[in-house]
Amino acid sequence: MTARSLATGASSGERAASPSVWSRIWQNDAPGYLFLLPWFIGFLGLTIGPILTSLYLSFTHFDLLTAPRWAGADNYVRMFTNDAKFFASMRVTVFFVIFSVPLKLAFALAVALLLNRGMRGLPLYRALFYLPSLLGASVAIAILWRQIFAGDGLVNQVLALFGIQGPSWISNPNTSLWTLIFLSIWQFGSPMIIFLAGLRQIPQDMYEAASLDGAGRWRQFWKITLPLLTPVVFFNAIIQTIEAFKSFTPAFIISGGTGNPINSTLFYTLYLYQEAFGYFRMGYASALAWVLLAIVGLFTAFSFLTSKYWVHYDD
Amino acid sequence: MATSVVLQKIVKAYGEVQVVHGVDLTIEPGEFTVFVGPSGCGKSTLLRMIAGLEPITGGDLIIDGQRLNDVPAAKRGIAMVFQSYALYPHMSVYQNLAFGLETAKLPKAEIAVRVQRAAEILRIEPLLQRKPKQLSGGQRQRVAIGRAIVREPKIFLFDEPLSNLDAELRVQMRVEIAKLHNDLGNTMIYVTHDQVEAMTMADKIVVLRAGVIEQAGPPLELYNNPRNIFVAGFIGSPKMNFLKANIEGSDATSTRLATSTDVFTLPRPTSGAAGSAATLGVRPEHITITPGSGLKLADVRVDLVENLGGQTLLYTTAADGQTLTIMLEGQLQVELGSTVTAHIDPARLHIFNAEGNAI
Repeated sequence: MTARSLATGASSGERAASPSVWSRIWQNDAPGYLFLLPWFIGFLGLTIGPILTSLYLSFTHFDLLTAPRWAGADNYVRMFTNDAKFFASMRVTVFFVIFSVPLKLAFALAVALLLNRGMRGLPLYRALFYLPSLLGASVAIAILWRQIFAGDGLVNQVLALFGIQGPSWISNPNTSLWTLIFLSIWQFGSPMIIFLAGLRQIPQDMYEAASLDGAGRWRQFWKITLPLLTPVVFFNAIIQTIEAFKSFTPAFIISGGTGNPINSTLFYTLYLYQEAFGYFRMGYASALAWVLLAIVGLFTAFSFLTSKYWVHYDD
Repeated sequence: MATSVVLQKIVKAYGEVQVVHGVDLTIEPGEFTVFVGPSGCGKSTLLRMIAGLEPITGGDLIIDGQRLNDVPAAKRGIAMVFQSYALYPHMSVYQNLAFGLETAKLPKAEIAVRVQRAAEILRIEPLLQRKPKQLSGGQRQRVAIGRAIVREPKIFLFDEPLSNLDAELRVQMRVEIAKLHNDLGNTMIYVTHDQVEAMTMADKIVVLRAGVIEQAGPPLELYNNPRNIFVAGFIGSPKMNFLKANIEGSDATSTRLATSTDVFTLPRPTSGAAGSAATLGVRPEHITITPGSGLKLADVRVDLVENLGGQTLLYTTAADGQTLTIMLEGQLQVELGSTVTAHIDPARLHIFNAEGNAI
């Protein structure tokens, strides 16, 4: 071996002994990154890309046929100063959220408490009660709901048995939104399953200690069950509120996409859809979407900030 | 005024499976009674039946002369300290202590006085505003006991209250509970699987096995005169040694016994028939290796030596393969593999018949 080749060999040996940080990371983690790549491409192309695009479009006028025109804050200014439908849809959505979320959570908790009493055939009941949650947001169920609450629907047929002449629930602006609230409550399965899991986590000896202290079932519920379940209530409340703000299909089907009667079922998302795909005002629709995101974000942040006053974590 | 507890033919069954089989027991007013036994022996079930947390399948629970089988837990005048403490994690220590009193709708001033008094007894006054998660294991245990004290119950029940504590804290809390019993004078029933706790705290020990009381009595009575092999093996640490033997003969004053290696005469009679198999019970602390000190039991080979400081433990094997643990006072240097002769004071020797009962 020549002196030169010896020197070269020593040099490459040193490089091999102390590779750069990047090459070490590449050698060790390359397979991991390669497996991650398909998801990462999708995340960039299908999530981050559209989000940033919609943010840009919200500052433009865009009708899908011509190139977007920069509009500055026009869309946002119009929304808050010159759009009665925006406020109408916001009013409907907030009303829906305020009533549907607490009622759904209360109903889900009540059923979970019932199922938690160690009844036989629990898995069957659990599956049956969960079924509406799987079907509830579907078009088929919304159509079924429209039939049930129509003037000659099932509800009025039952009322007729008692001699009561019911209104057409979905055509009446005073009751149409309530039919959607009931449809939402009917989809209580998902929070119920989570409540049930939460109830199972409460140690039995808490109740035994409370019963030795003389607390009856009612006091045990208010003083033991509910406080210890607050982390689950908190989680369910956040998730269900976000879901309620995003609710679209039932209102679209029941009102035929109009939000009628008299805008009484004009959900925010339905209005956003009308603006985007009815009037092709993509820029304005994007601005509406960002305002909804801001509202949901503010609500979530507020919930987290106030949670320390009412959510009890064990450790 | 302390309270008596009488269990008459108490039975507990879950469906077809009976787990407590007709337990009879009388606990005198002010007595500190310890239920002890291996896992699954029914000691906690018995305690929970007394508390009212488990329905009684059969028999009578009589407290202060009244049958309380069907009386709700809260109305039995009983407080219980749980193994897990069962403190309400979302309430402060004060609220935990006050919960039962608020439930009973006592005036706020009365509640404050009782909580303060319990906090003083248990030295937890500085902790009253803390949440359970901010307390150490020992402090949580004190709060759990405090929750029982504030209710001023007739009977205290403890369900393995020290099992979650480390060894040092366990000894400390053991002393505190014993002191508490002396100060309050209430009837207390305590469940444990730790026989040292039982021996050190109890006025009366109740040894249970498979839902049956094997023996009940004062600790030293159980230590000195175990009724059977199970009690003999359960009470005492290190565990009693058992050696196989045969009764060669017995008369009014003596019994002749043969082990596989030795034959010796015990200067007391037994009820065992000549020729019958027997088991000799010898506590490790009653064996000596000093020549001439009592009866020669066997020549044994030393397998292992443990110096505990105050005592020396020898783990040995006899020529026939039977093992023998010997506990000697002081710090002794004994060579591994050497042979020593085990001696026993005949008065300390226990004899059990083939059924395992003392004779």
